[in-house]
Amino acid sequence: MIEVLNLTKRYGRATAVDGISFKVERGEILGFLGPNGAGKTTTMRILSCYLPPTEGQAFVAGYNVFEDPLEVKRRVGYIPETPPLYPDMDVQSFLDFCSKIKGVPKRERKAKIDDSIQKARIGDVRRKQIGRLSKGYRQRVGLAQAILANPDVLILDEPTAGLDPKQIIETRELIKSLGGSHTIILSTHILPEVEMTCGRVVIIAKGRVVAEDTPKNLTHRLKGASSLRLEVRGDEPALREAVGQVMGVAAVKTEAHDGVVSLHVDAEPGRDLRAELARCVVQKGYDLLALQPVGMSLEDIFLHLTTADAATSGAAAAAASPAEAGGAASTEAQA
Amino acid sequence: MNALSNVGAIVQKELRHYFGGPIAYVALVIWTFLFGYFFIAVTSYLVRAASMGPGRSPSLTEAIAALFGNVAIVALFILPVLTMRLFAEEKRQGTIELLATAPITDLQIVVGKFLGAWALFALMLAAGFLNLVPLWKLASAAPEWRPVTVAVLGLLLLGGAFISMGMFVSSLTKNQVIAGVVTFGLALILWLLDWLVSSDPTTSPALRLLGYLGFNTHLETLLKGVVDLKDVVFFLSVIVAGIFLTQRSLESQRWRA
Repeated sequence: MIEVLNLTKRYGRATAVDGISFKVERGEILGFLGPNGAGKTTTMRILSCYLPPTEGQAFVAGYNVFEDPLEVKRRVGYIPETPPLYPDMDVQSFLDFCSKIKGVPKRERKAKIDDSIQKARIGDVRRKQIGRLSKGYRQRVGLAQAILANPDVLILDEPTAGLDPKQIIETRELIKSLGGSHTIILSTHILPEVEMTCGRVVIIAKGRVVAEDTPKNLTHRLKGASSLRLEVRGDEPALREAVGQVMGVAAVKTEAHDGVVSLHVDAEPGRDLRAELARCVVQKGYDLLALQPVGMSLEDIFLHLTTADAATSGAAAAAASPAEAGGAASTEAQA
Repeated sequence: MNALSNVGAIVQKELRHYFGGPIAYVALVIWTFLFGYFFIAVTSYLVRAASMGPGRSPSLTEAIAALFGNVAIVALFILPVLTMRLFAEEKRQGTIELLATAPITDLQIVVGKFLGAWALFALMLAAGFLNLVPLWKLASAAPEWRPVTVAVLGLLLLGGAFISMGMFVSSLTKNQVIAGVVTFGLALILWLLDWLVSSDPTTSPALRLLGYLGFNTHLETLLKGVVDLKDVVFFLSVIVAGIFLTQRSLESQRWRA
């Protein structure tokens, strides 16, 4: 449904989006994740035909965003970060205006407006001036505007920003329910949101895709190169040496506190060291108090992939290549 | 058909904006008040001229032309206020993004906005013109219809030119005040360009050309009730140029933004 190929956008000398590529299948909900300034908004603006790309191409429903913008715009509902609203209009007349410029046929207008008002749960403010609405309501009026013409594709730039927790849950549920019949790209900072709503995640940093996979696979995959946390009663230096000699241990960090040593053991990728480590500790005559695999949460992955310094960017690149393979596999599984 | 309904939607939105807030009412009230004031001023001059003896006293038709000349200056002040918001406000509010991502072309947006503002100005003219209607009932020598109609159309064209220009200036900035002030300055200079020629008989051709671009030069003929095609074409060209430039400015900003 959406295909982005080597998309690049430069503002003068600054490169906001640097050759990114990804695909979104029909009915999929794609989470677009990245720190501020990573190029999320720019990418979304290009997909909604607000900005032309500097290089590369993007297709929505088979139409090129640059060559057939009107066809693309007919199929896309878009909400920018701050929903574009006319403060002096009331909700009803705003949606009425939107339905006209979106080319909704006259006889369908009323039904479509009512439907979007009901879906966005703004029925109680229908006659109110938009300028007097709370932030949460404005966000939802923006959402109503985006789904108004029942477009195939929804592009939502931080749709839950500024909502209270209850509204966030409601909005997520709405977005989930729209998936399937609509193809959705949503950007967000909130990681649990991605885990809850999105079928797939694209993480971008500095205008590049650094990872692309299902939220589950992302967490799982990085858990594979896993770490273990141990608590042992015993002597710190001796423990460190003993554990360090176990086959497959890549690194050991220790910390002693009241005679209890906490060890953080990084295993070589693909090795499960739980049994060996337990045996090693017990054989040396120490008491093993705890042994726990440490998985990386999506948050850790996000930080890991998007941190700027040189040391981690190498790691990020390494992580990205299997991620792309995994992403393609998961896409096939869904299709 | 589709294009027409898109333009219509924008026109309606603009008028709703003007009339939804105080802008349209303030503009209408101030305008009709000043129109009335100039009307009284001109008629009292007429009465004084007539009482000074049978010599050459201006006809009612000529007086109306003089009145419209004054009223044009009022338009020069009021129209920048109506046009300054056209795009600057959309840009500041971010609603330009809504328009730009709807299946509607830049040209449709620009034309719709222009027509919306122009319609409001037409309404102002009509309201002012109501001041004159009693003349046809009351005056012993009623004014002639034709020159008065031509003069009103002349004002409408002048207003269109100011609006088109003001819209272009508004598309260049997010700041409404800047848009208003720049438009006013520009309009005033264009208005007074004819000073370059009329003050000196030995003007150079370059100055003469500049003088030809003066709005006043072209309005004067129309106010006299003379339809000269070149004046009509002049104002229409300014209108079209303003619309074209606005469309280009929106487009180029998206490339640079």
